[in-house]
Amino acid sequence: MIELAGLTKRYGEKVAVNNLTFTVRPGIVTGFLGPNGAGKSTTMRMMLGLDRPTSGDVRIDGKHYDQLKDPLSYIGALLDAKAMHGGRSAYNHLLCLAQSNGIPTKRVHEVLDTVGLTAVAKKKAKGFSLGMGQRLGIAGALLGDPRILMFDEPVNGLDPEGIHWIRNLMKSLAAQGRTVFVSSHLMSEMALTADHLVVIGQGRLLADTSMADFIAQNSRSYVRIRTPQRERLLDVLHAAGVTVVETGNGTLEVDGGKSEQIGELAAQHQIVLHELSPQQASLEEAFMQLTAESVEYHAHSDAPSEPQPAWGDAWKGK
Amino acid sequence: MSTPQPSMPQAQPAVPNWQAAGGPAYTGYTSPIPVVRTHLGHAIASEWTKIRSVRSTMWTLGVFVLIMIGIGLGAAALIAANSSPDDLRDQNPLSFGFFGLLLGSMCVITLGVLTTASEYGTGMIRTTMVACPSRGRVLAAKSIVFFTVAFVTTLVSVLLVALADIALLDGADDPTGQEWLKGTLGISLYIALLGLLSLIIGSIIRHSAGAITIMIGVVLAPLVIALFMFSQSLEGVRQALFEYSIPNQLSVFYANSLTDSGPSGWDPLWIILGVTAVAFAGAYALLEKRDV
Repeated sequence: MIELAGLTKRYGEKVAVNNLTFTVRPGIVTGFLGPNGAGKSTTMRMMLGLDRPTSGDVRIDGKHYDQLKDPLSYIGALLDAKAMHGGRSAYNHLLCLAQSNGIPTKRVHEVLDTVGLTAVAKKKAKGFSLGMGQRLGIAGALLGDPRILMFDEPVNGLDPEGIHWIRNLMKSLAAQGRTVFVSSHLMSEMALTADHLVVIGQGRLLADTSMADFIAQNSRSYVRIRTPQRERLLDVLHAAGVTVVETGNGTLEVDGGKSEQIGELAAQHQIVLHELSPQQASLEEAFMQLTAESVEYHAHSDAPSEPQPAWGDAWKGK
Repeated sequence: MSTPQPSMPQAQPAVPNWQAAGGPAYTGYTSPIPVVRTHLGHAIASEWTKIRSVRSTMWTLGVFVLIMIGIGLGAAALIAANSSPDDLRDQNPLSFGFFGLLLGSMCVITLGVLTTASEYGTGMIRTTMVACPSRGRVLAAKSIVFFTVAFVTTLVSVLLVALADIALLDGADDPTGQEWLKGTLGISLYIALLGLLSLIIGSIIRHSAGAITIMIGVVLAPLVIALFMFSQSLEGVRQALFEYSIPNQLSVFYANSLTDSGPSGWDPLWIILGVTAVAFAGAYALLEKRDV
């Protein structure tokens, strides 16, 4: 169990993590979701005692991280694939970690086998692909057979087979009663693995909810309609008490799953329909709506509607 | 080793009750691996694996031994060929190991810096500190392992060169017990401490090239600057720079010095011991304070 209470981290003027309070419970996969720069990694670094919080507190089973006498058997963490010395072999990398926590050497062979790196155990980490580096990082996290596992963007750089593997790994670890905390910026990925969801944006907590609740609340279903007799259809639907939303590109949207009713109404009034399709808003859209105001680095897909700040303005005050 | 408790501001109205939440309520998973309370010994074993498993260790120490023995034997052979036994009277034969030592110290400095700074360069430091959250313990373990490796390597090289010097230069005096002690044990401790100081600077600077540059500057700059201080009014400064420059302090171990005043006997060892201790305390304080 990981408990955060009012966790805050400031870098000068900039607030990276703002007053986060939530609990990561054992036995389930908790997804930690937020756009790039939301403060996910900073939060994880504070959990692991790497960064000191400006204020607030984070505890692992009731203890501060630096009070843990056998940290690797408490928490296994995959921070990023590059947190290793490239000149050292995979085996020696894991061996020095095992020794620092008094973990038996045979455990090194076991985890190498688990992640499928036994064949390249004596090879230098420098020559590893991103996916192999990620697997080595996961081997390090599993080394102490910990009751809490923390993965920072674990699917980055993995091929589909690797992604499938890590999803199953996380689920099976949680099923054994462990606490699994995994960060991602992909809602679709979380929808497949996480049971619980913590969403942050610009360092603030935006949602702390179960995955099922999040889906129920956010997966809006609606019916999309295209018709050349737009005004007539609007009148008919209005008379029938159906609320219609006009979207910009000439289509109409009706909330709720009422495509049969609309089709029958249109047939009664002999209105031509070019499209009548039930739609489901994706979780990705729901996530983007939730975090829309807190996205730090916007990409401009169309012409900027307001004058662009001068180049370099964004860097001032950093 | 206990680390100071970070202060825990109670700014939040809804701070959970940790005591109530503790206990066996959430031992969701219990590992079959026996739980070990880690101590400094574990960190030392880990650092030993680290230092022996990277190629830069073999390279720097290999070059160090080559320089020490190559230059040591070369100098001895040159002197033996160009001098009569009379020339060598009153000479301490161990002192001809100095040339190799001055150059070789650069290798020890490099290895010392890399032991700490390369972890920052590669990102390994995050993995290290997660595995061992007691930062002071990590620094202590690195220091102990590096110091031991540097000391043993230097002592073996210095002894080999000393034996060769005595065998080749038959006109020279037999070194006294005190000269033996200073010319082998003393100088090896000094070089290992110089390397340890580099390790500490590496931990403070967190950048390999920067820290190596600083250390080479510390070793060579005072002497070079003093060479070009021609003004009479700077005579005092020039004298001090000469006397306390590291090359001069090295040669004090062979009872040679550029001046008649300044450090003598075992003084250089006490000086670098003091400097290293202060730097260690500073590095420890910074390590505790800064984010990894």
